[in-house]
Amino acid sequence: MNRRTMKYLPALALLCFPAAANAQDGVDSGDNAWVLVSSALVLLMTGPGLALFYGGLVRKKNVLNTMMQSFIMMAWVTILWAVYGYSLAFGSGNAFIGGTEYLFLNGVGQEASGSISHLTFMVFQLMFAIITPALITGAFAERMKFTAMLVFMTLWITIVYFPMAHMVWGPGGLMNAFDDGAVPCLDFAGGTVVHISSGVSALVAALYIGKRHGYSSEPMLPHNIVLAFIGACLLWVGWFGFNAGSALAANGLASAAFVNTHFAAAAAVIGWLATEWMRDGKPSILGGITGAVAGLVAITPASGFVTPMASLIIGLLAGGICYFAVAVVKGKFGYDDSLDAFGVHGVGGTIGAITTGVFASNAVQEGSTGLLEGNAGQFFNNFLGALLTWILAAVMTFVILKITDKLVGLRVEKIDEIVGLDIAEQGEEAYS
Amino acid sequence: MKKIETVIQPFKLDDVREALKAIGIDGMTIYDVRGHGRQKGHKEVYRGQEYEVDLLPKVKIESVVPDDRVEETIKAIVESARTGKIGDGKVFISDVSEAIRIRNSDKDTAAL
Repeated sequence: MNRRTMKYLPALALLCFPAAANAQDGVDSGDNAWVLVSSALVLLMTGPGLALFYGGLVRKKNVLNTMMQSFIMMAWVTILWAVYGYSLAFGSGNAFIGGTEYLFLNGVGQEASGSISHLTFMVFQLMFAIITPALITGAFAERMKFTAMLVFMTLWITIVYFPMAHMVWGPGGLMNAFDDGAVPCLDFAGGTVVHISSGVSALVAALYIGKRHGYSSEPMLPHNIVLAFIGACLLWVGWFGFNAGSALAANGLASAAFVNTHFAAAAAVIGWLATEWMRDGKPSILGGITGAVAGLVAITPASGFVTPMASLIIGLLAGGICYFAVAVVKGKFGYDDSLDAFGVHGVGGTIGAITTGVFASNAVQEGSTGLLEGNAGQFFNNFLGALLTWILAAVMTFVILKITDKLVGLRVEKIDEIVGLDIAEQGEEAYS
Repeated sequence: MKKIETVIQPFKLDDVREALKAIGIDGMTIYDVRGHGRQKGHKEVYRGQEYEVDLLPKVKIESVVPDDRVEETIKAIVESARTGKIGDGKVFISDVSEAIRIRNSDKDTAAL
């Protein structure tokens, strides 16, 4: 067969098998391609991105356990998502949770969902469900039992994440601004669903499980900032998929989200480093990468609603305020949020939710305006959305921790904590 | 025979080895160690939290030499390892009762 006939084969197939062609009607190849690539980028954020970022920040006896806490989500959440998670998040249920129509991915195929295939949408959303619980692990790193972590995360993703995703993005969700939600909250890529929910849950978990053995009597320094650096830069790259992919199309809105994401990260690096340099005397690599992540977190809800100049402001604010949260507030209250999951994701996410309500501009998405364009109602709704997320995450996480503690016990034995969780929980060592 | 144990700044290792080589002391064992004397530690800041790092990286050199070479060996070490600042390290000397070369069972100074 020569090249020319090959070229016409798809057209021939269309004529012969119209049914097969219909299954994909409305799927735009460019849009579908971009969201598939974005899905891969978001997975890259968890492994190796977050695994390296967190892994580098713990002591060397806990690096594998810490990486495993992120990596296992890539496997375990995928299974939960396939069986019931996608349905509870994106099925048409009520304002709080989805229905049962997509159980076992029943009815999720190549048909169009917007201009991408339903399968593409499903797998893109899965990647968000994977990274969100992984973010929480930073708060209780170096002391939680692996079994407890699995039980906690299974309950957490079911009771907190799936309902949150449904409320903000799902059909008829309570906070869905584009489907008649009662509290229409602008959250482009997950400021509330991903970052506030995980960050606040992280704080509750850190308070509940208690400090690491020896906290405040011995220094608990990052064992390898080079690893953390590689992880953070991978997060930055992956975030383009997270935010620009959330346009669910390869269009101008995706470009806007892409640019905003990058600008906010850049500004937050400067915001954090400038604050740190003034207060502590030196600009550090750890400060720079933490600032970048704080900026990426803050721009997440705003990325599809604000202008590039607003993104610079949001980034600067996030860098400075998150530094303050981590360096000053944490010390004052004395909780042991080991890797600052709350200080970066909880605080950064809240900054993002509120500034989205301030800076949302008609020029970016028609009809979505914020306080600066005279829409005080949106500012209020975004504030309320953030508040609801805080309450839901805090209360439910507390209940889930109680249950998990009763079932399996949260914390490893003191001796295991001293020896390190790599040996105690994984039975291996990172460096020999 | 005397055992000379020297704790020095890690970046001075090459200088000390050169100095020992120059006076014909070839045998030595080197360890990476951590410790502090009067120097105490230094401050490191991570995400705005200050930490006192008081165990600093040092290099320890062990060498066993015949009695008549102790003085010049110590002189070579001290001169080559000195920066004049706190943290330069220390030299400890102790008696060694026996030495055996594993390859051919040479004894004492012949084994060094």
